[in-house]
Amino acid sequence: MSANTIDKPAAVRRRPRSESSQTGGRSELKIALVFIAPALVGFLAFFVYPTIRGFYFSLTQYNLLGTPKFIGLDNFVKIGKDPLFWNAMGVTIEYVLLNIGFQTVIALLLASLMQRLTQSTLLRGALLLPWLISNVIAAMLWFWLLDYQIGLANVAMEWLGLPKVAFFANEFWAIPTMAFVNVWRHMGYTALLIYAGMQTIPKYVYEAASIDGSSEWNSFWRMTMPLLRPVLAMILVITVTGSFQIFDTVAVTTRGGPVNVTRVMQYYIYQKAFGEGQFGYGSALSVVLFAILAVLAAVQLRLLRAGESDLA
Amino acid sequence: MATIEVRAAEDANRKQRRRNLSPGRIAAWVVLFAFLLLSLFPFYWMIRTAFSTTRSLPSDPTSLLPVDFTWGAFQRVLGLGTQAQAIAEGGSGASVNFWLYLRNSVIYATAVTVGQVFFCSLAAYAFARLRWPGRNAVFGLFLGALLVPPIFTSLPNFILIKNLGLLNSLPGMILPSFLMAPFAIFFLRQFFLGINREIEEAASIDGAGPWRVFFRIILPMSTAPITTLAILTFIGTWNDYFWPLLVGNTDATKVLTVALGVFRSQTPAGSPDWAGLMAATLVTALPVLILFFAFARKIIDSIGYSGSK
Repeated sequence: MSANTIDKPAAVRRRPRSESSQTGGRSELKIALVFIAPALVGFLAFFVYPTIRGFYFSLTQYNLLGTPKFIGLDNFVKIGKDPLFWNAMGVTIEYVLLNIGFQTVIALLLASLMQRLTQSTLLRGALLLPWLISNVIAAMLWFWLLDYQIGLANVAMEWLGLPKVAFFANEFWAIPTMAFVNVWRHMGYTALLIYAGMQTIPKYVYEAASIDGSSEWNSFWRMTMPLLRPVLAMILVITVTGSFQIFDTVAVTTRGGPVNVTRVMQYYIYQKAFGEGQFGYGSALSVVLFAILAVLAAVQLRLLRAGESDLA
Repeated sequence: MATIEVRAAEDANRKQRRRNLSPGRIAAWVVLFAFLLLSLFPFYWMIRTAFSTTRSLPSDPTSLLPVDFTWGAFQRVLGLGTQAQAIAEGGSGASVNFWLYLRNSVIYATAVTVGQVFFCSLAAYAFARLRWPGRNAVFGLFLGALLVPPIFTSLPNFILIKNLGLLNSLPGMILPSFLMAPFAIFFLRQFFLGINREIEEAASIDGAGPWRVFFRIILPMSTAPITTLAILTFIGTWNDYFWPLLVGNTDATKVLTVALGVFRSQTPAGSPDWAGLMAATLVTALPVLILFFAFARKIIDSIGYSGSK
């Protein structure tokens, strides 16, 4: 849902108009404080304070019952040597690569098809439907469709003469299955975001291209992709960040199994902090995850030069 | 007049396209429909299974119609059937407190939506229209909260809610998102910035203060984006799983998503009660689906375009 922030440049562009030049510096601070007071309290209490506290807890040993005991960087040293952490990292990265890779390619394909073929709201609505239901429901639904015994997918595969697959219980297939479920849930939504981005590309660009005899395939790679880049960069940052925090699908299906192959990062954090009462260690893990996400976002924005548009 | 011409041009365009039904175009439609089918078919299968009898499912796993049609699964979920009947149809016979979970979900999603949208619209107005030092800096800080992954703040927020004595209570679940969400403020500020200033200035000259302007002019003019935001917030909160799992994991405070997870593990080992499970997911998804069908265009248009109107 926060993917809507791709409109940020528009906000920046608009701002100067409402600047205080014509107001003679008359400040409405008092009344403004009243207006933002509730939000400010929420911001300080549930965003700022926990962020600071999260860093502090990561430096402590804390089992939720007593008081946190300061132990410096011990948790982080331990994380470096924790095979389950590295396992979680690897599993999560495998998941993110599969999820984002397929999701982005499919969404691009769907958005391009929609742009060429139809403006139908009905079609867009239908593609959006999976995104509206919760992760939990999507997971349950596919847990049933992919059931080993009588799930439709396996029955169909058997009918086609293929071997049955225990999608959620197979060590090789478990993570690709999780990725599939979430690609299913998000592909239409991501396609709509990209589609919206495509609408901002002026028509004359394509008209000029087609007059010059450029094929559709060429137009896509030479025009659409470069002009879509800022939008795509924001979408990628948001989907990658979300993807790294996969939890619900795992929590209601495999719970980390079989043998750790689906113990993704956030599930590991959850187990450490709440299952095993190692709250300090769990916090340290979440600091690591936070750092990875921040670095990844910065790298993606830099590589895709998100702030600049080729349409200048 | 101009619109008519545009229409005519569009029609001509469409006709021309239809004439050029090249093999490539047909292939494109086929691909699009394949994905459409992939998106929609699981929903059909959910309904088909929910009206089946669990015990009979293995006998005809590919039947497009419900196997051995029954309302039993819904009766099990809603707590209407008898235990004996439930067991006979392949249910666990354990009682599910569906109405309680439904009530919790409704309270949780409604309270968060109402609080968040109201308080964020107040703040968004201050960021969009009022003049005060540090306004843009504070707004930047608020947006910065978008960068912090929810898992990171969830752990300390759990401790905070625990220390406040609100663990396993609905207020504890609601509180962190009740007052503020960075996205909501961003979304509404975008819209407020686009409102014509002259209307407000006219009102100010007539002696209306910021409160009057906000409640009498800004809010009534913003019903469309506020409705969109409220729907998106409601759906998002309704679908929440992680936070309610952390702070509301007792029977009295479970929301539907959390309860669903339990519904699955409650079923006796061996063969799960698929019909019951699908009926439960269907009932859980229903409010969101109804909202979607009622406001489909608003929701669809909000995606990607939000705030830029």
